[in-house]
Amino acid sequence: MELRCKNLLSIADLVPAEITHILDTAASMKEVSERDIKKVPTLRGKTVINLFFEPSTRTRTSFEIAGKRLSADVVNISAGSSSVVKGETLRDTGENLQAMHPDLIVIRHSCAGAPKILADALPAAIINAGDGAHEHPTQALLDAFTMRERKGALAGLKVAIIGDITHSRVARSNIFLLTMMGAQVCVSGPQTMVPRFIESLGVTFIPSIIDAVRDVDVIMMLRIQLERQSQSLFPTIREYSRFFGLTRAVLSHARPDVLVMHPGPVNRGIEMSADVMDGPKSIILEQVTNGVAVRMALMYLLIGK
Amino acid sequence: MALLIKNGRVIDPASGTDGILDLLIDGGKILELRKQIAATGSMQVIDAAGLLVAPGLIDMHTHLREPGQEYKETIYTGARAAAAGGFTSIACMPNTSPVNDNASVTNFIVNQSRTEACVNVYPVGALTRDLKGEALAEYGDMKEAGIVALSDDGKTVKSAEVMRRCLEYAKTFSLPVICHCEDADLAARGMMHEGIVSTRLGMRGIAPAAEELIVAREIALAEWVGHPVHIAHVSTSGSVRIIREAKARGAAVTAETAPHYFTLTDDAVTSFDTATKVNPPLRTQQDLEAIRQGLKDGTLDVIASDHAPHSSLEKDVEFDNAAFGMIGLETSLPLALELVSEGVLTLMQAFEKYTINPARILNLHKGRIQAGWDGDITIIDTEAEYMLDRDRLFSKSSNSPFLGRHLKGRAAYSIVAGSIIYPFAG
Repeated sequence: MELRCKNLLSIADLVPAEITHILDTAASMKEVSERDIKKVPTLRGKTVINLFFEPSTRTRTSFEIAGKRLSADVVNISAGSSSVVKGETLRDTGENLQAMHPDLIVIRHSCAGAPKILADALPAAIINAGDGAHEHPTQALLDAFTMRERKGALAGLKVAIIGDITHSRVARSNIFLLTMMGAQVCVSGPQTMVPRFIESLGVTFIPSIIDAVRDVDVIMMLRIQLERQSQSLFPTIREYSRFFGLTRAVLSHARPDVLVMHPGPVNRGIEMSADVMDGPKSIILEQVTNGVAVRMALMYLLIGK
Repeated sequence: MALLIKNGRVIDPASGTDGILDLLIDGGKILELRKQIAATGSMQVIDAAGLLVAPGLIDMHTHLREPGQEYKETIYTGARAAAAGGFTSIACMPNTSPVNDNASVTNFIVNQSRTEACVNVYPVGALTRDLKGEALAEYGDMKEAGIVALSDDGKTVKSAEVMRRCLEYAKTFSLPVICHCEDADLAARGMMHEGIVSTRLGMRGIAPAAEELIVAREIALAEWVGHPVHIAHVSTSGSVRIIREAKARGAAVTAETAPHYFTLTDDAVTSFDTATKVNPPLRTQQDLEAIRQGLKDGTLDVIASDHAPHSSLEKDVEFDNAAFGMIGLETSLPLALELVSEGVLTLMQAFEKYTINPARILNLHKGRIQAGWDGDITIIDTEAEYMLDRDRLFSKSSNSPFLGRHLKGRAAYSIVAGSIIYPFAG
């Protein structure tokens, strides 16, 4: 099977069979990272550019390692060192990079839709590594991979996504993917950070985090941006943590086999208490490990054939 | 030379005329309207058989970008876009650079229009200096120089106290006030309508309440001061309701909407096409229906394009960073004719919103076909079908979400003071 598109811009562009195919491919890639010599020649001679207009450690490193394990040449560009500060438009930046014949550009940008500008203008494959509050499709795929690995199937899974839904591209991509694959999703958080029309995406809204976690297989906590406090979205970190943080006390209302996930980086002690983060239900580091496999799979599927 | 327009279907909403009549214009004025005026050798004759003959159309809400942003549009190109779209008179908003907040800028626009514009150009002056919402502009001076109305278009005067004084001072000079209604705090950083589509796209939305709050405020102030307000580019069902209720109790309020609000919804934004980024934003199907109903029942008096040219510098960028606005002079009429063919409006209703209604609001001696009135006429081929093609636009900019759309109906002739200005000579 082949993906229908040369790009991965949005989970909403995919169909279930493509998602399954990506996850299956990732499963076979995962083994490479467990070898003594963690490298295969699949993408030898291919050039991958990581074009990051927002700071990122985990995602950028994950793409870089994924590319290198497949023997691609990986170049990192961060906004600080690019010509964006000199007034060059995104399309100009893209066309200049294209002139150096990359096979794949991975882009992270603060504006929703920015990857589409590159995809429309350039022949290179484009992967969206996060665009504004729109989508972060590789995160949703690695989350799905992790859930599937742990729980067997996505269909029928119950997932609670908790926190700042409004500003979260991780939440959107996960909602699109999970609902498409037949999982049931509920969201919870203060209503200042849950869009008024969130249920139009096929999820339910549950105001209380305790009610939200009660019957689910997976709890996905989102990072709270501390600067939201100054935008009148919550009164204090203390109160946010008290009512919307995942603690052992909250977790006691959940099923014993519940899994706790977080896209990182975690505000330790704010959206999640330290003991939960380090506890047996947390699979946060597995997500990170699987991120490399999923990104290897995508690179292979988009430019490896 | 006298101009005789023969055999056309004359539509004149002001008098209720609808019939096959001949129309004679001489000396820039309408001389006669009746059946079977005989042509003489000294007349230029247009055979308008099968065509509509209407009072010259008026667009009371445009941006011509001159002075200051001539790379987007000039008075010359904007006027040509108007003429090609069937408009013989346009009002231009004051958010130029420098702002039209004093008589010297007004004089520049008036003088430039005299030599550059093929249509009548009526400047709108700023309510407050530099559109800052703080100090009154010099309304008296600007009126002498030629403004026909006042507006801080693009912005709401933030302080209700300042707005009250603007209305009182405008009343002193009998100048109509046009209100851009948007609560700046509530709408801050919003890029599109706050709804299902913005939720899906993760884009910051603009709640309908941002518009409705200020519509209600301006009406309350107008009623207290006793001076009319005209609400610009109405986009929400709530605004339509508020204006309808105000009119029912006799408040002196009029209102306009733009063709995109009765043609498109926020669904169009899904493609991240920056041509769909406009302020106020494209709303929902329910709002679109309410706008159509408001046009039908007369709550909305005027269709105006809010023609807002932008170049690729402002539009060929990320949606977040793109400027608000779309051009509209060359698509307004065919989009309104869609409402007629869909049975939402009668021809008479549609044309009153382009002629006598804006003329009355702006106190222009225009917008009707009657002996002694200005010889401004638009002749329309309602059957012409075509695709909107970027290369055939007369505007200097092409930021339209309607490029590639199938349209029906266009101006066959635009006539100003008895002279055919469109089709363009040469």
